[in-house]
Amino acid sequence: MTISAERPLKIAPEDALSHAHPHRTSWTERPGWLSQHLGTAIIGGILGYVFGHWLGNYITGAYPYNANSGQNSSADALALIFGVVGWLLGIGAFNYPLAKMIGREPKHEVPVEGWTKYFRYTLDHKVVGKQYIVGVLLFLFTGGLLAMAIRTELLNPTTHVFGPGTYIEIVSEHGTIMMMMATSVIIGPIGNYFVPLMIGSRRMAFPRIEAFSFWIFIAGYAVIFSALPYGGFPTGWTGYAPLQTQAGPGMISYLLGFAVIGLGMMAAGFNIAATIINYRAPGMSWSRLPIFVWAVLATAALLTLATPTLFAAGLFGVLDKTVQTAFYVTEHGGSSYLWQNLFWFFGHPEVYIMALPGFGVVAEIMPVFTRKPLFAYKIAAAGMIGVALLSFFVWQHHLFQSGINPDMRPLFMLTTELISLPTGFIFLVGMGTLYRAKIRFEVPMLFALAVFFNFLIGGVTGVFLSDVPVNVTVHGGFFVLSHFHYTIMGGLLFAFMAGLYYWLPKMTGKMMNKKLGLWHFWTMFIFFNLTFFPMFIIGLLGQPRRVFTYAKNLQTLNDFSSISAFLLGFSFLIFFANLMWSMYIKPTPAPANPWDSLGLEWQTANPVPLYNFERIPVIMTDPYHYSEEGAPSVADLGVGVKSPVSSGAKPAKS
Amino acid sequence: MTTEHTTQTEPRHLRRIGIIWIVASIIGDLLYWFLVGPHVPPGRMTSSATSDQLDFNILMELALPVLFGIWVFFGYCFVTWRSKRRGVAEPTGGAAARSNLRAQVWWIAVSSILVLFLAGFGTIELIAGDGSGGGEGPNPVWEPTGAVQAETAALTSSASWTPGTNHVLVVQVIAQQWKFTYRYPQFGGFESPQLVLPDNTSIAFNVTSLDVIHSFWAYQLEVKADANPQENNVAFTTTNQLGNFTVRCSELCGLWHGAMYNYGKVVSTSAFQNWATTTESANAANTKDLAPFAWTYVPDANGAAGGYYPDGTVTPYSPVETYGAKQPAS
Repeated sequence: MTISAERPLKIAPEDALSHAHPHRTSWTERPGWLSQHLGTAIIGGILGYVFGHWLGNYITGAYPYNANSGQNSSADALALIFGVVGWLLGIGAFNYPLAKMIGREPKHEVPVEGWTKYFRYTLDHKVVGKQYIVGVLLFLFTGGLLAMAIRTELLNPTTHVFGPGTYIEIVSEHGTIMMMMATSVIIGPIGNYFVPLMIGSRRMAFPRIEAFSFWIFIAGYAVIFSALPYGGFPTGWTGYAPLQTQAGPGMISYLLGFAVIGLGMMAAGFNIAATIINYRAPGMSWSRLPIFVWAVLATAALLTLATPTLFAAGLFGVLDKTVQTAFYVTEHGGSSYLWQNLFWFFGHPEVYIMALPGFGVVAEIMPVFTRKPLFAYKIAAAGMIGVALLSFFVWQHHLFQSGINPDMRPLFMLTTELISLPTGFIFLVGMGTLYRAKIRFEVPMLFALAVFFNFLIGGVTGVFLSDVPVNVTVHGGFFVLSHFHYTIMGGLLFAFMAGLYYWLPKMTGKMMNKKLGLWHFWTMFIFFNLTFFPMFIIGLLGQPRRVFTYAKNLQTLNDFSSISAFLLGFSFLIFFANLMWSMYIKPTPAPANPWDSLGLEWQTANPVPLYNFERIPVIMTDPYHYSEEGAPSVADLGVGVKSPVSSGAKPAKS
Repeated sequence: MTTEHTTQTEPRHLRRIGIIWIVASIIGDLLYWFLVGPHVPPGRMTSSATSDQLDFNILMELALPVLFGIWVFFGYCFVTWRSKRRGVAEPTGGAAARSNLRAQVWWIAVSSILVLFLAGFGTIELIAGDGSGGGEGPNPVWEPTGAVQAETAALTSSASWTPGTNHVLVVQVIAQQWKFTYRYPQFGGFESPQLVLPDNTSIAFNVTSLDVIHSFWAYQLEVKADANPQENNVAFTTTNQLGNFTVRCSELCGLWHGAMYNYGKVVSTSAFQNWATTTESANAANTKDLAPFAWTYVPDANGAAGGYYPDGTVTPYSPVETYGAKQPAS
């Protein structure tokens, strides 16, 4: 509890985040133009790729199955592995550990001033948070363009824009890139930026690991799209074997892509968990933790515990495809069920890795816009933990029709339906907070409320899917597709937008334009629902997922869905325009606390100093004492400064 | 949450919400049950279709009140307590607004009961429906009467099926990139690209694959079973209506997954027997060249161009042993 308090208030030079020491002359100190940044990372990546490819061909090129086939999967795999290593070397991720290993004085990363820090291996969690915004938007917009392509193809059941091979490639890349994006979309930008601010810490526990998680996340983007010159991969984001085993070398990019992203997820997970557990300011007891931090903690536990399975499963697949092992090859003693089991053993916790931070954002900002305390705080925290725990016990509901373990179906039906209990807690919390409140429909609040609407539909249809008899109808069809878009896009992505509109003023000191924000919200909300709701019906009427032809009588519904999807895509352009307009073209300075929040993150100086807090704050209560006469202030910020107390009508201006 | 009568002038919000909710739920449920429910896919062509449709409708009857409950509550809050509404009261914080034991206990109790009921109901329907048309793997745990005998007999050449004897019809579904074919072990094991089924008969679909994972989805029959290579995935249903149905692959299986579909039909038992015996004799020459009937097949050493040998009975990589000196034409 008092770990942060024991830290000296004066900033220690040993600290990784230390201010530039004017007299330091480390052997690694070098002029700026020789320093490492995105450019050197790209060069490192290319060199590593070329080296790996050469090495693979050198070692295994003479084996008959390589020499005769005109391709060498081992070379492809090694190229990607060394490419990632080269990328990390180039960005400087290994400088510190390598120097330590050879017993030399490691370079002390001097905090870089100015915009170039965003292109470097920067250890400030606030910079990493902003880097992540750009990173996830890159993933999101690429995946979104692919979605537009899918909906274009589905405009007509028989006339094809793409060949079947290209179509499967697009579908697979869309699913994979979006899933990768979704693992980090809130945890990355908002979690990294705000968790230390919310718990009163000056830093993350492992700033290098944090920077590593971001830069390897970007490497994952390059790895997954390295499949394109090979014709992509035909398996969708689920990568089922034996189709995986049968597929071309693009499959390697998928398997290694998930392994690479998985490394980043594990790194982010234990860094965040360690930070929350160890770096809370004095007085920040578990019952005072902001609910968003609870959500992030539960997510971090899932990231740390579930992702190793994905990592291992991906490597098994790479071994099958390169050195001819038989993890997933039935003829040689493997099993096609093994991949399904491993993948979903990770894959279902993964679903909650995506959902939980969204719940956290929503629960965190509702009190601010209702001027009421968060209702049933303990239930909310218990709900997050309950979801996280139960998520490990539901994975076989993805295999209800696969023929595996039929006698286990009632159990997995029960566990899956049980998970709706802790999920339902979030709705109770939301409803209790809205009751007798004073609701301000600002843009972040609208997005948060939309999460309840969308996730309700996603959750209820999830219960349909978990019911084994009904699952026979809906498994593998557009119903499932719609269901998980309602939970992931309707829940997580709307929550991400809520979080961005809410916290960007703190991160950048600039307000998002409200009028454009409202246009963005309403177009996104309406066309999201118009795109995906018809897909429930399309699925019930018998359209399987990932098809490029469908029954003629489904064309009207598909066209309706496609046109709505294009308009949904347009809403993201409004968002992008708003982002550019409000941040760069015509920035409006944000007030210090534009939403009158009591949260600790709003009490720091603006812009947030490198060290976040001048003094380590002492937390006195949780940040939800809205509209309460005589409520204590949330924190003692030191030297007699206390964070403001809020009443409902006239919230204290800070 | 439930302390709604703090002042005399304050309306009883929860009561209002409750009344709107109950009215909306009753109307919604009735409209759904009578207008939508009977038309919900996949119809009532088989026993599993009928019972799964009922299952879907029961879930919907429970889901609608849940949806309405939350929508009505949210909508009511938006209208009543929006900050721009004239005269909206200042909210009150403090302990009363932070939690309410009664509301929390009720919420947990009601949702637990709902969930446990759903799990119980689903389990009963699953067991009573002989697996509800879903693939149960090689050793099904829920099966119609006579299925075990029929399945066992199917592996011997003496198996037969005649109308009216209450025999279960065994059909093997062989999925491969990118088509389905069907074998009828009770009719000499002939293989057909056509799926024809008799009316009023329990069918045991034995689904397997020759290459990657497919999924046999006979849409109107409400049968869905993944086709795994070297696995026999058995699904049951009982036909009770004549008509045509669609078969689609519902597991991504590569390039032409989207084009992997065909059609089948349910005909009268006599018409079926007619078709089956005719096809059996017409195909007799081809059937001889097929691999002997087995639950699963492994591609032989010649790969996709060669024949398939039944696993477990012959050594892999010896097509000569399986077929004699001559390889059957692919």
